[in-house]
Amino acid sequence: MAKNHRKVVVLPCSGIGKVFGALAREISYELIEKVRPGVAVTTCLPLLVIRDPEAVALVTENPVITIDGCPKDCAKKSVQALGKEPEKTYEALKFYTAHKDLKPEGVAEVNETGRKLAAVAAEEVAQEVDRLATEGRK
Amino acid sequence: MDIQVMKVGVVSCSGEEIPEGTLCRLACRKVLDERPGETVTICLPLFIAGGEEERTFARNYPTITVDGCDKRCATRATEMLSGRPSKSLSVPEILQKHGLKAPTKLRHFGPEEETAVRAVAEEIARAVDEVLEED
Repeated sequence: MAKNHRKVVVLPCSGIGKVFGALAREISYELIEKVRPGVAVTTCLPLLVIRDPEAVALVTENPVITIDGCPKDCAKKSVQALGKEPEKTYEALKFYTAHKDLKPEGVAEVNETGRKLAAVAAEEVAQEVDRLATEGRK
Repeated sequence: MDIQVMKVGVVSCSGEEIPEGTLCRLACRKVLDERPGETVTICLPLFIAGGEEERTFARNYPTITVDGCDKRCATRATEMLSGRPSKSLSVPEILQKHGLKAPTKLRHFGPEEETAVRAVAEEIARAVDEVLEED
């Protein structure tokens, strides 16, 4: 019998130097605050780096979606370092390549166009959140 | 003769879950943008996800860590995985020192939060100056 997952953990890139890191965070915030509040949750990626027990438990006991901002894949690799494979991985760049009319700009935070792209992307990721949350309830 | 300009490494809490994390990132970014010749940064998870070059960051640069909460991820991760920081700053302590309230939102900071961002950035810049003077 499948485990009863109530939460889906969304982990974005932590970067402060690239627009797609900022986009990854904006997508995550859009999900946890507006699109799937109460179902999509996040935690601080650095908490996994220092092996914070609460954060590690959240990530290892629930389905995880990572959204990385660059090819170094910190979010994905931080989960893998705990001996777990994320259920779904995304690269923020791919959302832009799929929606070329919405070019994000900004480094620490994205501009208005970036926010629009994040909203579109969050709706797409929400389908995966729903799938993972539903699977967990079977 | 080569003149080497020393850079100071700034390691920020990324605190995706807390408003202080956003504050940390924005303040660090401000310092990095205003002092490009003297500062450099690294994404904290690269201590695990990166290679040898990333793990030796705190050995290659005198480092200032900036933490958003008392879990002190930036300081602890740097100590554990890279090297001992030269200075460790805490956003809650800086806000207290300046009599400022912690931000309450995770994103879309505006003028209300800008004072806090500026205060934290100034403290980081001061720490950069001190580290550069020490070395």
